[in-house]
Amino acid sequence: MSRNPYVRPVSKTTWYMRNGRYRKYMLREVTCLLVGFYSFFAICVLAILAGGSEEAWNSFLASQQNGFWVGFHAAALIYYLVFMTFDWFKLAPKALPLQLGEQKAPDIVVILAHYVAWVVVTAIIFWLTGVI
Amino acid sequence: MSMRKLEIEVLRYDPEQDSEPRYDTFEVEIENDVAILDALNYIKEEQDTTLAFRWSCHMMVCGSCGMMVNGEPVLTCKTFVRDLPDKVRIEPLENFPIERDLVVVLDDVMDKLQKAKPYIIRKDPAPEGKEHIQPRSALYKFKQYTMCVNCMCCYAACPQYALDSDFIGPAVLALAHRYNIDSRDQGKSERLDILADHDGVWHCSFVGACSEVCPKSVDPAGALQQMKVDGAKEYWLQKLPGGKS
Repeated sequence: MSRNPYVRPVSKTTWYMRNGRYRKYMLREVTCLLVGFYSFFAICVLAILAGGSEEAWNSFLASQQNGFWVGFHAAALIYYLVFMTFDWFKLAPKALPLQLGEQKAPDIVVILAHYVAWVVVTAIIFWLTGVI
Repeated sequence: MSMRKLEIEVLRYDPEQDSEPRYDTFEVEIENDVAILDALNYIKEEQDTTLAFRWSCHMMVCGSCGMMVNGEPVLTCKTFVRDLPDKVRIEPLENFPIERDLVVVLDDVMDKLQKAKPYIIRKDPAPEGKEHIQPRSALYKFKQYTMCVNCMCCYAACPQYALDSDFIGPAVLALAHRYNIDSRDQGKSERLDILADHDGVWHCSFVGACSEVCPKSVDPAGALQQMKVDGAKEYWLQKLPGGKS
């Protein structure tokens, strides 16, 4: 009897359509596009500031007041929170298991610690930038 | 005792006759409270004796009856008819070559398993006439990883392994981690080659499917992320003045 194993083909471009788990993962990973966009956006803002023109800066600020940009930034923030931040914090106990005595601490302890750190860092940024 | 009528579609592949797999459908009337593995055994005994599949213990210990049931990698001895719809599709574990019908080729994982050196390595001699004392707190750090039965459901769920079989993969890496964090082991540096390599932990992109499908509630995804944290920590410690190279 000869061996003749059959290798099933895997699509390099549509593999993530195979099940819901993979699709959810891709929704998380696609946030890299937002990170890329906002890195570019930050460089543009810095370039305007570095240019030293008050008029250009005020014009940039005015452009950000229109409905499109307000909507875009709000949608980006919500998407990022839902598909990256919440998911990532939920997964944090896997990478950083906390052992208290003999037993592993409940995952919720590590998850809550991340939320507390997030609120504290956000508050510091708001305080430094004069928002609060 | 309630009976169920199931329509079971089974992937078939005969390496001597077929150029590619096909599906055969079997009508089975079986008790609602048995496992889908029992349905396969019923088919083999009553309808088609040529059907090939692996199983041994029927109690979630041997790990040999892992298959895809309605697209999910499961132990068929742990998957009950009562939890399944009337139409069931059974296929061999994804991401492995098919040897025959529901039997897959596991050679690749077996080779990798040896490379991970999944046993305690000691540099210092063992205490003479005594066993290695291990506090319970040290045992609980790795105990969950000892539950792995090498069923390879995690490999069938892993898209990284599907796309590139050079990836060492979840179960083997989790097992290496189990020995790395065992307080009696001193072999971490000997496992570094396969773990820190491109095909090791850094190939994992944390889809997390391996942990979700594990029938023994082991968390290979967690092990791999912890290994990344350890690896990154060691890399940066080496960069510090006085760090070992």
